[in-house]
Amino acid sequence: MYFGRVVGSVWSTVKNPHLTGKRLLVIQPLTPELKSTGKQLICADSAGAGVGELIYWVRGREASFPFAPEEAPVDTTVVGIVDEVHVQRTPPPAGGRKAPRKK
Amino acid sequence: MLIARVVGELVATQKHPSHEGRKLLLVQPLNLDGSDRGDAVVALDAVDAGAGDRVLLATEGFSAMTSVGRPNSPIDMSVIGFIDHIELIDGVH
Repeated sequence: MYFGRVVGSVWSTVKNPHLTGKRLLVIQPLTPELKSTGKQLICADSAGAGVGELIYWVRGREASFPFAPEEAPVDTTVVGIVDEVHVQRTPPPAGGRKAPRKK
Repeated sequence: MLIARVVGELVATQKHPSHEGRKLLLVQPLNLDGSDRGDAVVALDAVDAGAGDRVLLATEGFSAMTSVGRPNSPIDMSVIGFIDHIELIDGVH
């Protein structure tokens, strides 16, 4: 699964019949520190998420499972609304191998 | 599967029923030298891992679902083991 924020929604009137009634959200992927990373994408919604909320989504064949037994043609679906994020990045162990520094 | 480090946890009350009762971990995939490999992802926990642990990450639906015992559910990543040690032949890093 992947972490992100809902930054918009998509309206589509003419679409595959299996998409009828499903909300389509614009998602901005985030790092655990809540910084934007990568490009925005469109996800179907199975969690009732709204604009501005932190969410996580699933990608691939599994994205259609929340809509089973209907076989919705979706490849990314929001499956949860995030209430809290706890980040605890520990420093590398002393004397361990050093990661190359990124500029 | 990927090597990864657990860097945090998410709390979500409104989520797919198949995710209930499992921790949602924030995990950072790693290269062999320990540097970050892309962005952190969200994975269900199948082994009771916690922040700081170096773990094995399944990144595909079937393995992720079966490891947490929830077939046909929207799960595409799960933590399926702890990594104690990695041994490489000379020249690989």
